[in-house]
Amino acid sequence: MSQTGTRTAPRRHTRTRPARTATRRTRNQRRVVITGLGVTAPGGIGTPAFWDLISAGRTATRTISLFDATGFRSQIAAECDFDPAARGLSPQEARRMDRAAQLGVVSAREALTDSGLTTTIPPERLGVSIGSAVGCTMGLEEEYVVLSDGGRTWLVDPAYGVPQLYGYMVPSTIATEVAWAGGAEGPVALISTGCTAGLDAVGHGYQLVKEGSADAVLAGATDAPISPITVACFDAIKATSPSNDDPAHASRPFDLDRNGFVLGEGSAVMVLEERQAALRRGARIHAEIVGFASRSNAYHMTGLKPDGREMAEAIRAALGQARLDPGDIDYINAHGSGTRQNDRHETAAFKDALGHHAYQAPVSSIKSMIGHSLGAIGSIEIAACVLAITHNLVPPTANLHTADPECDLDYVPLTAREQPVDVVLSVGSGFGGFQTAMLLARDPGDTGRGGHHD
Amino acid sequence: MTEPRPDRRATRPVVTGIGVTAPNGLGTHAYWQATLDGKSGLGRITRFDATRYPVRVAGEVTEFDDTEHVPSRLAVQTDHWSHLGLAAADMALHDAGVKPGDLPEYEMAVVTASSSGGTEFGQREIEKLWSQGPQYVGVYQSIAWFYAATTGQISIRYGMRGPCGVICAEQAGGLDVMAQARRLLRQDATIVVTGGTDASLCPYGLVAQIATGMLSPRDDPERAYLPFDTDACGYVPGEGGAMLIMEEETAARARGARPYGAIAGYGATFDPRPEPGRQPRSNLGRAITLALREAGVTPGDVDVVFADAHGTPGHDLAEAHAIATVFGPYGVPVTAPKTMTGRLYAGGAALDVATALLSVRDGVIPPTVGVRAADPACELDLVRATPRDGPVRNALVLARGHGGFNAALLVTAP
Amino acid sequence: MTTFTLDDMRRIMGGCAGVPESLDLADDIGEIPFTDLGYDSLAVLEMAARIQQELGVRIPDDAVDEMKTPQAAVDYVNRRLAA
Repeated sequence: MSQTGTRTAPRRHTRTRPARTATRRTRNQRRVVITGLGVTAPGGIGTPAFWDLISAGRTATRTISLFDATGFRSQIAAECDFDPAARGLSPQEARRMDRAAQLGVVSAREALTDSGLTTTIPPERLGVSIGSAVGCTMGLEEEYVVLSDGGRTWLVDPAYGVPQLYGYMVPSTIATEVAWAGGAEGPVALISTGCTAGLDAVGHGYQLVKEGSADAVLAGATDAPISPITVACFDAIKATSPSNDDPAHASRPFDLDRNGFVLGEGSAVMVLEERQAALRRGARIHAEIVGFASRSNAYHMTGLKPDGREMAEAIRAALGQARLDPGDIDYINAHGSGTRQNDRHETAAFKDALGHHAYQAPVSSIKSMIGHSLGAIGSIEIAACVLAITHNLVPPTANLHTADPECDLDYVPLTAREQPVDVVLSVGSGFGGFQTAMLLARDPGDTGRGGHHD
Repeated sequence: MTEPRPDRRATRPVVTGIGVTAPNGLGTHAYWQATLDGKSGLGRITRFDATRYPVRVAGEVTEFDDTEHVPSRLAVQTDHWSHLGLAAADMALHDAGVKPGDLPEYEMAVVTASSSGGTEFGQREIEKLWSQGPQYVGVYQSIAWFYAATTGQISIRYGMRGPCGVICAEQAGGLDVMAQARRLLRQDATIVVTGGTDASLCPYGLVAQIATGMLSPRDDPERAYLPFDTDACGYVPGEGGAMLIMEEETAARARGARPYGAIAGYGATFDPRPEPGRQPRSNLGRAITLALREAGVTPGDVDVVFADAHGTPGHDLAEAHAIATVFGPYGVPVTAPKTMTGRLYAGGAALDVATALLSVRDGVIPPTVGVRAADPACELDLVRATPRDGPVRNALVLARGHGGFNAALLVTAP
Repeated sequence: MTTFTLDDMRRIMGGCAGVPESLDLADDIGEIPFTDLGYDSLAVLEMAARIQQELGVRIPDDAVDEMKTPQAAVDYVNRRLAA
């Protein structure tokens, strides 16, 4: 792992593109870079395993093993093979934390180690911004079952209330645990905008660093929703795939034969840092966050209009902020949940916001491989984008054999694509009508030739 | 276009509308009158039979009829917590004289705080799941229980298509959202609906709160929640909160709005993890300092502090120490009108901001009720029993969230 | 044999999905599409779930899509009850 902080000559690819990164903003504006990465995802724990999986186009969707899903409409999910003790959690940590917090803390620790930040920042200048859609639902449900004795009584029994129960009810506990893991004493928040929480939490962290409220932020998201109540609630609205006989091929974004999303779990946490400070300490810069914007459709809690209008507006706003043109985008990491309305909605949004370039930029959905982990996925997708920049490789959309005729962009079916990746757009869309767009760019000091080899 | 507009960095975000759903008053006027009169909203829990629970007193918004205040189609798909928030947002918009249809859709945003989501709705649905089976879980569980429900529904109800948000930091979240609203106003939002509510007074919600061991076990509503008192024995939980309309000052004045006050400073910090056998270290004082510094005011400029007032001796002492360190012992009037509502979590901090703004407007500090024997270890000038008159130009609101969150927000006269 | 009437449907609609502000359920609503009445697809899914639970008839996914009006729902349920 070489660090490149001393390199100064910006390298551009041979194809022509305005050298915008160098002149993107005036000198007095703080720039925000990603210097640490931690991913805990289905199919492989840790960033290298995650990248292996998605760059190979393998899927991690399977029959639910976390509980007996017999009788549920959708009995499949993308689960993490996660052993808290093996991942360094102490017995007390494992006991008091819900699974979502465990996944988040493990990723946060990996990100901190990767960044080498641990000893160089005063605690009050380190913040935390963690996203989660459903917080500690799994812990809440497990305890509910005991307190209600299997759903028998409305007046649940307080005698069985474990000390950590309140920490399960307030999702902010997850941010607390991450703050403790990193020793953060600056601004700490849990961002919970449903399925855009992972993007919004990183966006929040980006703003904290940019405005100077913190010099570094542990930003990311975690969710562990594979428990009966969450599976049942998506069953009720028929949002999840009922392809129980073929779980490995159930998540099929942009494919004509898709039939809903596949629930997932996991986390990704990043170390965001003010660029000059990162350079001063010789940190390796994975990528820079250059734009972040969100909009709401104010239309329906779960429904999406086919025109993708508000997502397009978010993308335009992010581009404006980054002072980039649509043509600068090398790769679009789609929300790509694998529901018909989503795939058409965002395809329209890309066309609206990017014009002709929408047809040229490769678009892919890693949810085809690791499912949809609600609030967590936005951060996991940002991690994928960072790795795409690092490796100059676009991860594919698995299971895409017959594209929906209404989805007519280049969705990078089945196999990853080697190509220069300097600027990436990642988008998210979620219940509540939230639409978020984030733009990441290769750091000007990164020559992009070697990539890094974990 | 989302870059901060240069002309916006200098302008102050102002609050032009307030909506309150509080245990001691529904609507801003009723709440403020009750608060100045020292009228408490604490009482025996009525939403369910709590007789066999070790905590039986809470602050319920008993006047609130969900079906009266929320349209029927919306009410079925939302939890009581969102009902309280939707009602407060509607009141706030009316108060501000805002007609959302007249404003640019992408410049209106909603940022709310929630500490615990749709707990009562969730308990009903999870009970169906475990007692009857997965197919008995209703469709609205997917959109009613999660923490973003209130923000999403307000955005939809009023066509607000700007950058919406949701922050959870227990009680502190109610201040954190105001800082986020302010951030949005410095970017491209013109108006932000912000604030919070909470309502976890269902059996499972109460039992989860009891698990902290920090709730008051007393049955006498007048003696149950006594922050900074030698007789303090925990806090009383409540439901409700407040929503505010925050606008960029120039635009607000241009449309003829009359601001209650401005959000002048904010600071957020986090406490280190408490270690067994060691005195916990609080960073609340640093949050106060950050808020004052940002507002450009000295401790002497602050006319009142709305305390977090946890009601458990250790937390009270830590807060009193933080206040006394910045302002000097007995150096600033301190009040806790939440003694009349209970702790409303995210809703409580938002309600304290509303109360602080009303305090600024009317030049009066509302009282802390119930405290008879102020703890001498807490060197605070506590405004007790009756309101205290005097000009209030700068009011500081403090909030701490379970797990280590600290936030301080300074509101100032318009 | 049990039959399912429009009044049963009205009760289920109001009970599980609420009543739109502009609507009187007692009106002649049988042939008016749910969307025009102010009920979205989630509301119709909820109604279908309630009917399944009350009457024990199974309503497959695509049948829900075909229930465009209250009367269409009533007719479908009665066909299933008769089958």
